[in-house]
Amino acid sequence: MRHGKYPFIIGFLVVPVALYVVFVVGAYLQTFWLSLTDWSGLGPVPTRLSFDNFVNLWHDDLFWKSLRHNLVLLVLLPIVTIVIALIFAFLLNVGGGSKGGLTRGVWGSKFYRVVFFFPQLLALAIVAVIFGRVFAPDRSGMINGMLPESVPPSLFLADKRWALLCILAVLIWQAVGFYVVLFSAGMGSISQEVYEAAALDGATRITLFFRITVPLLWSTIQVAWVYLGIAAFDAFALVNIMSVDRGGPDGATSVLSMMIYRKTFGESQVGYASALGVVLFFLTLTFAALTLRVTRRDAVEL
Amino acid sequence: MTNITETQAPPSVPGTPGAGRKPDVRRDVNAFSGLAHFGLAIWALATAGPLIWVLLASFKSNTEIFLGRPFALPHSFSFETYVSAWTEAHVGRYFINSVFVVILSTAGTMLFGSMAAYVLARYRFPGNRFIYYLFVSGLAFPTFMALGPLFYILKGFGLINTFTGLILVYIAYSLPFTVFFLAAFFRTLPNEIDEAATVDGASHTRKFFQIMMPMARSGLVSITIFNIVGQWNQYLLPVVIMQGSGADTKWVLTQGIANISVSAGYHAEWSTLFAALTLSIIPMIVVYAIFQRQIQAGLTAGAVK
Repeated sequence: MRHGKYPFIIGFLVVPVALYVVFVVGAYLQTFWLSLTDWSGLGPVPTRLSFDNFVNLWHDDLFWKSLRHNLVLLVLLPIVTIVIALIFAFLLNVGGGSKGGLTRGVWGSKFYRVVFFFPQLLALAIVAVIFGRVFAPDRSGMINGMLPESVPPSLFLADKRWALLCILAVLIWQAVGFYVVLFSAGMGSISQEVYEAAALDGATRITLFFRITVPLLWSTIQVAWVYLGIAAFDAFALVNIMSVDRGGPDGATSVLSMMIYRKTFGESQVGYASALGVVLFFLTLTFAALTLRVTRRDAVEL
Repeated sequence: MTNITETQAPPSVPGTPGAGRKPDVRRDVNAFSGLAHFGLAIWALATAGPLIWVLLASFKSNTEIFLGRPFALPHSFSFETYVSAWTEAHVGRYFINSVFVVILSTAGTMLFGSMAAYVLARYRFPGNRFIYYLFVSGLAFPTFMALGPLFYILKGFGLINTFTGLILVYIAYSLPFTVFFLAAFFRTLPNEIDEAATVDGASHTRKFFQIMMPMARSGLVSITIFNIVGQWNQYLLPVVIMQGSGADTKWVLTQGIANISVSAGYHAEWSTLFAALTLSIIPMIVVYAIFQRQIQAGLTAGAVK
């Protein structure tokens, strides 16, 4: 049994650990280090370390603007997606009322589930290209094309007021189906008898939803919230492809990931970009910890 | 155990619970169903609409596209736009690049990920916990925070603008979740068979490939699908890695399509863009139609633990 245990363990671990340490751990650690320098990306890394980047960030309007956009997405994306997905999942699983003691979904629920889920399979980059055209500011766009000719075309992504909401709408469009399926799986594991008993007590479907489904799904909803929050911190593909002038018009859709990319590859400010990365890291961590803390309730177990 | 369980006590009344209700309750239920169907149908249309529109527009000329009436049928059906998207706009090349990269990177992710997960889940040795948490902590870091350092590390190895670099990075960034998920899975496998195999004189390596891997099949399938979809859809990493001279011959599909969309803007070749989009969507529909169940299970597996 013991024979050759260590050579085996080392043999199995060496490649994955090496790859991971070099490309992932190495990159993250360097981010923390580079955030203290003003390295441009060329030549040797300056040896002088300081917190200048963070001080400059504090006075950078674009940073605050991008952060605000991330926070808007962070609040709205999970709320809207989870509410829509919960309602649809409920309709698809329980909404059909009960027949012969079995609660079931509305008619055609299988079909809806298949259709809703599909966008999840498409790359966000492809989705971004599609919606870049859907929101086109002239009559070639899908939405403007559907409006009667008398209505002047809306600018959508080229309009400062609406651009970020367009991005949000696309994120929601893509995410809802996934969470419908996720919540459906959770609802499937809720015992039929619970619904049956509640129905016998005269509970309406709305009561069933708030008193049974939501509390029993709480841990799944928590997970969904964290996932969507992380997606809200990203949004790079959408902003990079869909938005006017990569984060425009006039910074109206700039987000932190977009800023990091531009500072690194466009403006040769690797140090500054790394400082942004560090801030982003702590924001993500705080968000995940806060979510789990604030939404903690006693799990209802059956 | 809560009081909800206690309400199971009354035996279920035969017949439908709604049977004894008053007629106005019935109508109420119908109104509810109607509203439900309305909402669901709207969302189904909103989901399928843009995709159908892309398909229709791929057959239209530029003039037709700018005419408005987005859901009108095209005047004529010809596949010219598709030919030009596949060859002149290089969708074919991007597609093959994507297939090539994802096959190798998913295979590598699964091989190395399951090897590491297996050892970490079933062997005790000093440093086991440390390595495990090192992998799992990777889940807490957003990928794009380290774009610059990642680029310069790859540059140091001469791996910028190479498939090797892209594949290795895909594997490295897929490992945290793969190891996390599979380690949990390997831990649940029974010890008896493990011991029996050892008594029969199977080596550690043989035990892994011939006994443990087949037993972990369902977990491996889910996480393979998860990785294929994730790596196929990756956009950020290729954009960072595949740059430099001649990079456009090595672009993957997501990057290629994004670029076609930019150049379509300059040359006003919208129908080519729509054909390119259709070409990249159709394989997903075909695969989804065949593996619908497995894909839904695989992608949600991550969230259900």
